Amino acid sequence: MNQTAEIVAPQQDQPLVQVSGLEVRFKSPDRTVHAVNGVDLTLKRGEILTILGESGSGKSVTLRTLMRLLPERRTQLKGQVSVDGRDVLAMPQRELRRFRGRTAAMIFQEPMLAFDPVFTIGQQIAETVCRHEGVSHKEGLARALELFELVRIPSARRRLANYPHELSGGMSQRAMIALALSCRPRLLLADEPTTALDATVQIQILLLLRELQRELDMSVIFVTHDMGVANEISDRIAVMYGGRIVETGKVGEIIAQPRHPYTLGLMNSRASGELKGQRLEAIPGSPPDLATLPSGCAFAPRCPYAIDTCHDSVPIAHTIEGQHWAACHRLEQTQP
Amino acid sequence: MSITLDSQVPVAAPVSAPVKGYWQAVFSRLRRDPVALIAGLILLIILAMAIFAPWLAPQSPYSTSMLNRLKPIGTEGFPLGTDELGRDMLSRLIYGARLSLLIGVMPVVNAFVIGSAIGIVAGFVGGRTNTVIMRIIDVFYAFPAVLLAIALAGALGAGLVNSLFSLTVVFIPPIARVAESVTTQVRNYDYIEAARASGARSLTIIRRHVLGNVLGPIFVYSTSLISVSMILASGLSFLGLGARPPMPEWGLMLNTMRDAIYVNPWVSVLPGVMIFSVSICCNMLSDGLRSAMDVK
Repeated sequence: MNQTAEIVAPQQDQPLVQVSGLEVRFKSPDRTVHAVNGVDLTLKRGEILTILGESGSGKSVTLRTLMRLLPERRTQLKGQVSVDGRDVLAMPQRELRRFRGRTAAMIFQEPMLAFDPVFTIGQQIAETVCRHEGVSHKEGLARALELFELVRIPSARRRLANYPHELSGGMSQRAMIALALSCRPRLLLADEPTTALDATVQIQILLLLRELQRELDMSVIFVTHDMGVANEISDRIAVMYGGRIVETGKVGEIIAQPRHPYTLGLMNSRASGELKGQRLEAIPGSPPDLATLPSGCAFAPRCPYAIDTCHDSVPIAHTIEGQHWAACHRLEQTQP
Repeated sequence: MSITLDSQVPVAAPVSAPVKGYWQAVFSRLRRDPVALIAGLILLIILAMAIFAPWLAPQSPYSTSMLNRLKPIGTEGFPLGTDELGRDMLSRLIYGARLSLLIGVMPVVNAFVIGSAIGIVAGFVGGRTNTVIMRIIDVFYAFPAVLLAIALAGALGAGLVNSLFSLTVVFIPPIARVAESVTTQVRNYDYIEAARASGARSLTIIRRHVLGNVLGPIFVYSTSLISVSMILASGLSFLGLGARPPMPEWGLMLNTMRDAIYVNPWVSVLPGVMIFSVSICCNMLSDGLRSAMDVK
């Protein structure tokens, strides 16, 4: 416990999340999966960052590393992860349990599956509150009721007594958010929270999340593969491919002036009004197998601008303007 | 709109929820299932019979009478006839319920506790621990149940306690396997990760979230084993490895009466009828429980 005392008190101007050189490998007897290969990330207080990428790009793994949720025995972690001034990777189990839920909380993709089916929603929220704040079960339930009103669940009192399967998808995602907010976390991690919902509910949840983020002054890391969602909610976007961040910048910069060929490809493959009747442009090829990653740029095999250098060496980040940077050898090709 | 999340809020009205507990829900569903209900009722009657045997039995189950040997059903004073030593069959059946239910239920209860503990630990920890535990379990599982029970009871020597012990050993592997497979399944569900993400320790997760979801299936499976246990126990007694004469126990009674089957067949099969009805009722009840406990 001495270690924790020595840590400097977190300052307001210090970023809430600082990740540098993060590498994650999953080991199994017959192969090693290189899920994350050197990710650097900072998140300011009160900021919403979206990690954008297709399946298998390492975005969810990065998110889980922030709470050290990956199976410890099979996972190899390298690099630095600090949240709120504390080193997450070096935390002892006890502190880690206090950290989870209290400093950082998580919202899951399938809200229906993220609740235990044999307890009522109210019980589950109360349980979390009781554990972290040492209050009685009754006070925990009272807090749960408050939270339900906060996330705008109609007839909150009755809903608390419901079992998870009795709620609709949107309702249970609201309940999930309530659970995540139950101990006033500073950092909210959202793992594709709107993917399982239909479009009208999706926008409601996004608006709710943005509103809550402002009211409670949280930082949010939002993981999604949906450009529209990323555009809607975030301050900043980080695009991930093959376990690396390939481009990051403010929302406007990424949407208006994408510079990395992969981001460009993503933008071009969006469906928009003018394109009616035409074929959508797709990125040729398929994402890399993370067990046998190419030695150079992971996107090179699919990239229209790729040259020999791309296949040989991993590109470093080039600043484009302010916080906007991209990791590519051929940035001059994508100049607007 | 300003919202504060203050833990110091006075607890206003307690959350007046029409909370219908899990078991309450299960019970109300079970009540609508006539087959399970009747099976449960019959089991309750037999249980009551066992508990109140001294008051219900018209005669002592041990008093013999050479003059009244092998009387048929409906004889004056012996409504269900007498056995080969002239003991009242009705009294012996009533008293027999005590021992038979005990050796039918006890091994399953013991195995339920031990087997689910083993299975849940193996399933939750996973990896090499799982392999080691489950392969050891498989060794026991490889023997046919009857053979293992007879071998164990035979090796330990005849007697009630030994037969209870050997039956417990017989039932641990199948229960542990069911527990392990259900736990492995539950372990990968999102709500376990969600519990971990909200800071729960492993013990809390096992105790609340794994146990709550795993116990139902194991419980249902175990109730279906009660009938097997009764039959195996009766089998052990039949072979002279369980209860000893003159104890009234259904399996043993079936054994001693088998010589009389040509003289007085209807009386001879009565213990068998009892074993059969308890077994089938247990199966029906566990069937009903299976569907009643499936909340979704």
